[in-house]
Parts: sequence; C-alpha cells; structure tokens
Amino acid sequence: MTTTSAQASLGGARRPPRPARSLARRRATERVVNTVLLAAAAVSVLTTFGIVLVLVFETFEFFRVVPFFDFVLGTEWAPLFEPKHFGVLPLVGGTLLVAGIAGLIAMPLGLVIAIYLAEYAGVRTRSIVKPFLEVLAGIPTVVFGYFALTFVTPNLLQPLIPGTDVFNAAAAGIVVGLMVLPLVATISEDAMAAVPRSLREGAFALGATDLEVAVRVVVPAALSGIAASFILAISRAIGETMAVAIAAGSTPVLTLDPTRSIQTMTGYIAQVSLGDTPQQSLEFRTIFAVGMTLFVMTLALNVVSQLFVRRFRNVYQ
Amino acid sequence: MVSAMRAPEPVAERVSDPAKLERVFELRGLSAWYGAAQALRNITFDIPKNRVTAIIGPSGCGKSTLIRCLDRMNDLIPGFRAEGHVTYHDEDIYGPAADPVLLRRHIGMVFQKPNPFPKSVFDNVAFGPRINGYTGNMHEVVEGSLRRAVLWDEVKDKLGASGLALSGGQQQRLCIARALAVEPDVLLMDEPCSALDPIATYRIEELITDLARDYSIVIVTHNMQQASRVSDLTAFLLAGEERTGELVEFGPTRDLFTRPADERTEAYITGRFG
Repeated sequence: MTTTSAQASLGGARRPPRPARSLARRRATERVVNTVLLAAAAVSVLTTFGIVLVLVFETFEFFRVVPFFDFVLGTEWAPLFEPKHFGVLPLVGGTLLVAGIAGLIAMPLGLVIAIYLAEYAGVRTRSIVKPFLEVLAGIPTVVFGYFALTFVTPNLLQPLIPGTDVFNAAAAGIVVGLMVLPLVATISEDAMAAVPRSLREGAFALGATDLEVAVRVVVPAALSGIAASFILAISRAIGETMAVAIAAGSTPVLTLDPTRSIQTMTGYIAQVSLGDTPQQSLEFRTIFAVGMTLFVMTLALNVVSQLFVRRFRNVYQ
Repeated sequence: MVSAMRAPEPVAERVSDPAKLERVFELRGLSAWYGAAQALRNITFDIPKNRVTAIIGPSGCGKSTLIRCLDRMNDLIPGFRAEGHVTYHDEDIYGPAADPVLLRRHIGMVFQKPNPFPKSVFDNVAFGPRINGYTGNMHEVVEGSLRRAVLWDEVKDKLGASGLALSGGQQQRLCIARALAVEPDVLLMDEPCSALDPIATYRIEELITDLARDYSIVIVTHNMQQASRVSDLTAFLLAGEERTGELVEFGPTRDLFTRPADERTEAYITGRFG
C-alpha cells in the first residue's frame, strides 16, 4: 500500500495523477458520510421532540382529570394524600423563592467579581481567581446540597435567625446562588472584556476614575451580556434539583418566609420519580404536568434573554 | 484677547519666535519605554499656549506615544514607563504629587478612531460634566459644546439618538464636543482625521483652526499637508532601526516646511522617505 502510493505520487510529478477511485465510488462515500453526520445532528433534534411529545401527551392526560385552572391557580398541593389537591402554586412559589434568593446572591456578587476581574485585577490576580471560579462551577450539586444542610443552616442561619427550619428555602437559595455565581461572573466578564479599549480611553481622557469608567461606561456597554448572564443564572437556579431536593425540604406551602421548609417543582419531581408511586396513575402524571410548567418557565426565560441581548446589543465599528 | 479676533492671523505673524510664546507644556529630556522597548529618547521642546502644535513623522516614530505622554494616557498600558520631565503649567505631571485623573480633567483628548460611548448624543456630551459633578444647566453645556464643535445644527433634533448612529465625521465632532464640554484648556488630537473621508477631514480642520483661538491644540498627523494647513508650530520626529523616536526639528510650521534646518526633515517633507 505504501509503495503504491509512493509510486503514484512520484508519477504525479510528471503527469496528472489518475483518480484513485472511480467517481461513482467517491459519490457513494460522500452520501454515506453525509447521512451519518445528519443522523448525529438528528439525535439532538429528535430527543428534544421526543421529550416534548411525552411531556405534552402526559400533561394532556393529566388535564383530562384535573381542571386546568385548578392546577394553575390552586394554592394547595397534595396529590399524594386524601383529600387530593392539585394546585401547583406552592411548588412554583417555592421554586421562585429559592431562585430569587439565589439571584440576590449571584447577581450582585457575580457582577462585582466581573467588574473586578475585567477592570481592576492585574494579570496575576486574574490567573489565580479565575481557576477558583471554575472549581466552584465544577463542584457536584449534591455537595452543595449537603453543604446547605450541614453547614449553612446550622452554622449560619439558625444562630442568626432562631427558629429556622432544618430544611429551609434560604439555605437552598444561598447555595444555589453560589452554584450559579461563576456563570454570572464569567459571562459578565466576557461581555465587559469585549467592550473596546477605545471606549475606556475616551472616558479616562475626560478625567474619569477607574470606578466611573467601570460603572458608567463599561457596564452599560456590556449590559446585554450582563443581562443574559442574569437570566441564564435564574434559569439554571429554577431548574436546579439536587441541592434543593436535599436542603429545601418537601413541604409544599405557599410562603414568602425563607426560614421555612418548602418544596420546589424540581424537588417534587425528584421525590415522586424516586418513590413508589405507580406509573400511569394520576399521581405519577403530576410530575409531567409540573415538568411541563418548569419547561415553559425556563423556555420563556431563554426567549426573554434572547430578546434582551438583541435589544441592547451595541454595534461597535 | 485671541478669541476676540474672528479671522485667524497668518501663521508668520502669529509665530515668529516660539521661545517668546507663553507655554502650556515643557518637555525636558522625555524618554519612554513599553517594557524593554524604548519608544522615545530625550525629547525636549515647549508647547505654546493658544497655538496649534503639530507632531509629524513616519509611522512608528513615537508620535502617538509622545502625545499620550501629555495626559498620561500611556499609564493605562501595562509595562509603560517614562523618564525625564513634562510640566503642565509649571507642574511636573510625572512628579510624585501629580494626579492623572485631575490632569485629564484639564486636558481634552480626541482619538484616531471616533469613540463615542454607546449612549445618546446628549449623554455623550454630558458625560464629562456629570463626572465632574457639574450641577448647572446641563442642556446649556451640551448645546454650547455641540455648537463649538459645529455639530449642533445636524443633531439638535436627535439628541436622544445613539451617538453610534451618526456618520464617522459627525462622530468625531461629537467626540470633540464631548472633550470641550469639560472646558479643557488643552486639546490633544491623535490623528483625528485618519478614519475620515476628505470632506469630513476638511470640516475637522476648519474646526481646529477655529478652536485654536481659545485652546492650546496639539495634533498628531501623518499627513504633512494637514500639518502645514492647520498648525502654527511643528515638531518632526524620526525613529531609527531600533524604532526609538527622537526629535529632529521643532519650529514654526512655515519655517520647517520652507527652509528646514535638518536635511532629514527636508528629505521627509519632500517625500523622499516615510
């Protein structure tokens, strides 16, 4: 094989090389390659369709028994006990409470970290801080859950606010906030790093201080990226499961009190799908209805983030 | 007194002997480095008040480095270092007590590429006064600055529009208006027309001549015709093989262009190199 190809290339120096294979074979190969690549791409599309189809079908079956408005507007969630109630609001409320607390932690802190890294930190500081952010992003979520349950609640929250439940929304929200913090910090920092140096120079030339340049020029110019990082972080916080399943509790109550035990949508789904609820039962179908609600919420957030990016994108020449 | 005269005087009458003019900057043995690479060596000359001083020379001769030393903009570049003395109104701007932020509030700068902020036309001009804590009538300041930059008539109906929506020439005049809004006494211009078409360039040059009545202007340009059109004094810089810029000649623009003292100046202005 090697000898023939060597001879062929030697011969090719003098006269045009003969095609190694016929045109028909080459076309056949291209068709096969094309099909394989298409199939690979199709996997992702089909998976998405499959999941959405199952969700829609099971949700539809669920709503044949439970009236839609009882589900969407109901304030009591007790699908597993008599008398049954299918009001999803306590789960939505629990999710939003945890995501809100997470946002309160991750957004300001992440933005400050991003400003520091993009505008203040020297090369060496950056090279130390950034890997730590990546390590934080790589910690398994189950570890965050136990961190909330065994450290945040007993050592921080309970001494500070006596009467805090063992399982509570605050601890879950705090660790989810820490979990999505690297997301906010890195995406925001990327957005700020993309702001042209000429804008900073323009502001410095007017006698602006480092802080004025960062807050009045760089942050507004990077607003679309920063907003996108916020929305992505909230979206991830809403979908986060393991930490909240461990730390937030499993008491679906509609409350704004973060010291109480609550249940989130993801926590409920995890609880039921791991439990012994018989499949095909109405109780089991609740997790598809809740999953559908979750899906609609995160989809809406992603759409909003796209709109935001488009609305605020500044075109630099 | 200078501003009272509406028509600019002929250059020869305005500048006969630069040594007799009141000075804004005095450069004494200024050298500059980016890391290990020396960009300027031993630059000494004076920049006079209410005149246009041009800095010319071929690419890479340190013109931009030099003008950026005057408002310490090079401080923003990691590894930059300056030696020697630059005084602004008799105060050493590289001295231990110097405050670059305060300095830049007196010295406006216009850059090679127009760099309006991604904000409205109004907010672009109001930026400087706002960070300076100006509490008076902002609309007056904005209108006055835009009028000085001869941009008012073109933008008065779209003050809320983004500065980035203007044409290149308008953007550069917006940047000039932005610099004027903090009432600087010096305006540094680093190749302000290099990104503009000939008509926009002509308008900026007109504006420079007009502003020279009230401001001390330093302009870097690679365009010798531009230097001869707008400036009263010219400094010619040249770098050798090692790309370290040195001052070859400094004097009244007309003298430098008609009877250069140094043969390298003559070679450059007659187009034999550069």
